[in-house]
Amino acid sequence: MWVYEKALLYPVRVTRPDPRMAKNIITQYGGPDGELAASLRYLTQRYTMPIPQAIGVLTDIGTEELAHMEIVAALVYNLIRDAPLSEIKAVGLDAYYADHDRALYFVNAAGAPWTASYIQSKGDPVTDLHEDMAAEQKARSTYEYLIDLSDDPDVIDVLRWLREREVVHFQRFGETLNLVHDYLNSRHVF
Amino acid sequence: MDAGRDELLNRIRALQFTAVELGLFLDTHPEDARALADYNAASQELMRLKETYEQRYGPLLDYGFSLSPQSWRWIEEPWPWQVSM
Ligand SMILES: [Fe+2]
Repeated sequence: MWVYEKALLYPVRVTRPDPRMAKNIITQYGGPDGELAASLRYLTQRYTMPIPQAIGVLTDIGTEELAHMEIVAALVYNLIRDAPLSEIKAVGLDAYYADHDRALYFVNAAGAPWTASYIQSKGDPVTDLHEDMAAEQKARSTYEYLIDLSDDPDVIDVLRWLREREVVHFQRFGETLNLVHDYLNSRHVF
Repeated sequence: MDAGRDELLNRIRALQFTAVELGLFLDTHPEDARALADYNAASQELMRLKETYEQRYGPLLDYGFSLSPQSWRWIEEPWPWQVSM
């Protein structure tokens, strides 16, 4: 089961609406390398991991990504909440507005809806952990591009923190892959 | 949100982050005694601060993990994403 805690894992401060950045940042909500994809990928891969360390890492990182998803949502929500319609039209968020008003929906920066084909669950722990390491690097790159696109120090602060977490997750997945290799080598000869 | 509440919540977040980090580290280094001691120290301090916070500002957790003695405070605003500009 999961328990909801009524606090963000990292604080979000938004001092002015910025629908342009909301439109970009939403890709980390529902885009290919976003937090929903990350969380669901890890949480569904964990069932077929062969060693307890790997199950633990996927459970804990998958759960942390859910907390990141809430942080991204808090950013997007507050960046568009008080944005006037004129600005929403000016930055090209009017197509999004037609379907969702200022509500949160799982899309990438270009408006394409989230799809399960963003993630894989292969049953081979070596394959899955390689996907997970690549996923962390892709998320890191995306946060770097978002930082490039933003000029708001409060928003950049949150994006930097999220970027840093991807670096740590990559490290943990790398260690997990080594542990899985050790385990497989001790059991089989290929 | 008042400044005292924010400050207390930030102290909780800092400890929670420490626990998240150490927990992930321990997943791949379960034999590390120092990390384990640090994890338990952070968790203990975290539990103490959460108790103080919840007495003042209401429950942080649902599903029976936090008490709500006088009245049902779970639905009191702000929710985490309701930040003031
Ligand atoms: Fe991550």
